[in-house]
Amino acid sequence: MAPPILEMRGITKRFPGVLALSDVTLSVERGAIHAICGENGAGKSTLMKVLSGVYPYGSYDGEIVFEGQPVAFSNIRESEAAGVVIIHQELALIPELSIAENIFLGNETSKRGVISWDEANHRAIELMARVGLRENPLTAVKHLGIGKQQLVEIAKALSKEVRLLILDEPTAALNDDDSSHLLDLLKGLQGKGITSIMISHKLNEIERVADAITIIRDGRTIETLDVGSGDVDEDRIIRGMVGRDLEHRFPEHEPSIGDVLFEISDWTVMHPQDHGRVVIRDAGLSVRRGEIVGIAGLMGAGRTELARSIFGRSYGSRTQGTMRLDGREVQLTSVTAAIKAGIAYVSEDRKGLGLNLLDDIKTSVSAAALDKLRRGLTVDEREEVVVAERYRRSFNIKAPTVTAGVGKLSGGNQQKVVLSKWMYTEPRLLILDEPTRGIDVGAKFEIYGIIQSLAREGKGVLVISSELPELLGLCDRIYTLAEGVITHEFDREEATQESLMRHMTTDAR
Amino acid sequence: MSTLTHILRGNIRQYGMIIALAAIVLLFQFLTEGVLLKPLNVSNLVVQNAQILILAIGMVIVIVARHIDLSVGSVAAFVGAAGAIMMTRYDVPWFLAVLLCLALGALIGAWHGFWVAYVGIPAFIVTLASMLLFRGLTLVVLDGATVGGLPENFKKMGNGFLPEVGPDTDLHNLTMLMGIAGVAIMVFLDLRRRAAAKRYNFEVLPFPLFALKHVVLGAVIIQFTYLIADARGLPIVGLILFALIAIYTFVMSRTVLGRHVYAIGGNVDAATMSGVNTRRVDFLVMTNMGLLAGLAGLVTTARLTAANPKAGVNFELDAIAASFIGGAAVTGGVGTVIGAIIGGLVMGVLNNGMSLMGVSIDWQQAIKGLVLLAAVAFDVWNKKRTSASGGAGAEQTETTPPPPDELVEEIEQREAADVGPPGSSGAR
Repeated sequence: MAPPILEMRGITKRFPGVLALSDVTLSVERGAIHAICGENGAGKSTLMKVLSGVYPYGSYDGEIVFEGQPVAFSNIRESEAAGVVIIHQELALIPELSIAENIFLGNETSKRGVISWDEANHRAIELMARVGLRENPLTAVKHLGIGKQQLVEIAKALSKEVRLLILDEPTAALNDDDSSHLLDLLKGLQGKGITSIMISHKLNEIERVADAITIIRDGRTIETLDVGSGDVDEDRIIRGMVGRDLEHRFPEHEPSIGDVLFEISDWTVMHPQDHGRVVIRDAGLSVRRGEIVGIAGLMGAGRTELARSIFGRSYGSRTQGTMRLDGREVQLTSVTAAIKAGIAYVSEDRKGLGLNLLDDIKTSVSAAALDKLRRGLTVDEREEVVVAERYRRSFNIKAPTVTAGVGKLSGGNQQKVVLSKWMYTEPRLLILDEPTRGIDVGAKFEIYGIIQSLAREGKGVLVISSELPELLGLCDRIYTLAEGVITHEFDREEATQESLMRHMTTDAR
Repeated sequence: MSTLTHILRGNIRQYGMIIALAAIVLLFQFLTEGVLLKPLNVSNLVVQNAQILILAIGMVIVIVARHIDLSVGSVAAFVGAAGAIMMTRYDVPWFLAVLLCLALGALIGAWHGFWVAYVGIPAFIVTLASMLLFRGLTLVVLDGATVGGLPENFKKMGNGFLPEVGPDTDLHNLTMLMGIAGVAIMVFLDLRRRAAAKRYNFEVLPFPLFALKHVVLGAVIIQFTYLIADARGLPIVGLILFALIAIYTFVMSRTVLGRHVYAIGGNVDAATMSGVNTRRVDFLVMTNMGLLAGLAGLVTTARLTAANPKAGVNFELDAIAASFIGGAAVTGGVGTVIGAIIGGLVMGVLNNGMSLMGVSIDWQQAIKGLVLLAAVAFDVWNKKRTSASGGAGAEQTETTPPPPDELVEEIEQREAADVGPPGSSGAR
């Protein structure tokens, strides 16, 4: 058997007060696709930062052997020179620059400092062909969808003569089509001798492409599974990640559904800038008390746009149609009005729209309902602490006190803070847009439990998700959305991944 | 000792500027052979820097809200000029003129607010335009000349002192009384805050340190009061300044409006999606800056006893520098009124100390530039240091300290009483 391309032995990395990695071992076969799984905060990203020189040699203990040679990278330049390239979860592309400019950024082909654009564009076309990206290399990256941007990142990696490609959550922001294309591409690169390490939460994808899976928990290597051996499935991986059996990935739930709480009909929304472009056409949907209703749709189908148009018309222009809350017709033309009427919207973009990362937990929790804490001129800060503390306990937010900054919490805990914020507004209808994106399995389970308990209290819940198993496990009813049109309505029993997908991909117009 | 270093580390940003200010004061006290802290000079320090400190209060709020206002120097000059013209040419009574001028300042601020908040032009551009516009209008109004002959009562706004009460001591009684009352109020409020923080299990200073902090702080304030009282008592402009500091600190830290300013500065999109009327907040912040610029203009005019077409030049830069020295972030969302005041005092003491030493204006400016850079560099370095130690991998997975029992009980009682689990309706 050929020696592994990469061996990391006894890697230990300390931060003041925290042992982030403890004696981690990782061995990657040449030409393999090697997945790394673990809950958020388990140490996956830290391990990859050690490998790629983000944390320089000397700041960790242990040994890294790459291509048979011990290596000591002191920065990313050195690791890239050796052929180790990392693609981070947040893409590092410059939106205003062209595809070619982005591919060669920091690595420009130049003669005495003068860039030869003909040569660069020519090489860019070659590289783009290798990743299956058919675009003009002069196109600005901002005009590409996120899936194609990911391909640009990989082309950029290829331009650096990559031998070991590290992808951190490569498909987190991609829809199923783009994800599938990306995974095929990884397989293709594998055929050309490029080894990949892939960090992912999406277990079905890992199962599909990975040759080996290393599971990390609490900064330690738990095990490495050989996918070829045949007895590896999602439950097996989850068991390793959480260190316990998850009998059910969704908590038990007995729905008790009441009258219609919320209803829209003939809901049509135009694009905010381009007033002639229809984004949502004649949509109609309803949510009953105590009901969890799902919206399934591919990226670009208008899921978020629909949700935000409901939430005080915070998206779109020339919105038409009727909205009824408790049978009464309402006109909610601002976010403030929507909140007052009892609608809450938990955004898919937690850091962009959900939280002020400079805040601590208590000010984040009170942010959407500060008026409830107003006593005369001032904000009642004592009451605020008690309110936040209550949510910290009941939602199990892992932070020492409610004065902890939200910027340093893990994704799952941040999401719980956002949920707390909206709970405190006492909503009747809660719209959750990708409530578990980028959240580890354990926290997902907790968040599902929270969603179900809200429904039990008689609230209406509208869930948007890209993960069909999540919708199927959680919802009482599911609408499919395609190209801004609601194409079908399913009861829990009749929906399957296949039937949903069929209605998500119909030509609706 | 380890708790002390831990606490100092945690609050280095907060204490850093105070320590820097103290160091600068001591340095110049030494270099000027004790002249810096002579009663008369301390009194002058307050009077000479009042307008910059007034502007810094407004400016730090503008900066927290992620904007900037470049026009305050010109607006101050224009409002001061308008006031002088009202009082001299049209015989408007001085108090009415003051009110009209404040309204004029607020109106100019509202003009900025309109363009920034409702049209969406960056404040940098709007106020750059106003910087030129109002400098020009000042020249027009004053016809390029200095206008003096202002009412005596008005001039007191710039260089008058509080009246004396009570028996004739060597000191200014009213000033002394106010200083002592101030210390008492500070200790009282801090004790209350500390008790509340302890109740919620938040980290507090150990009591000996807490006591030490207040003894030192109290001594400094009493000493400062003594110096002021030993000269001519508290300048009226000093009283205005203290009132403004108290009001704006209160607004920024305790009111809903203050919270909203920090919210839009931290993440304007998240604030919008939380139902904050961001346009209204932006509008109010810019309007308020105009109001304070107007006040600064009046104070400057009163102190100089005349309106001058060149008044207020570079005020905006001093106010902006004070905010940044005091810890405000260019990206918004971070900054305090007290910080900006300390930043302004750092610059004021530098100015004053160097003048006393006979350092020329050109060098003073050069040195102030370096101080600004050093202060912000310190901040950046400090941020890097703290984020490196608390960064990746350091998600808060450590065990949570047990919360205090009374709080648990209180929460349980509440839940039993009216609310049930979070999110249920009926939670008032």
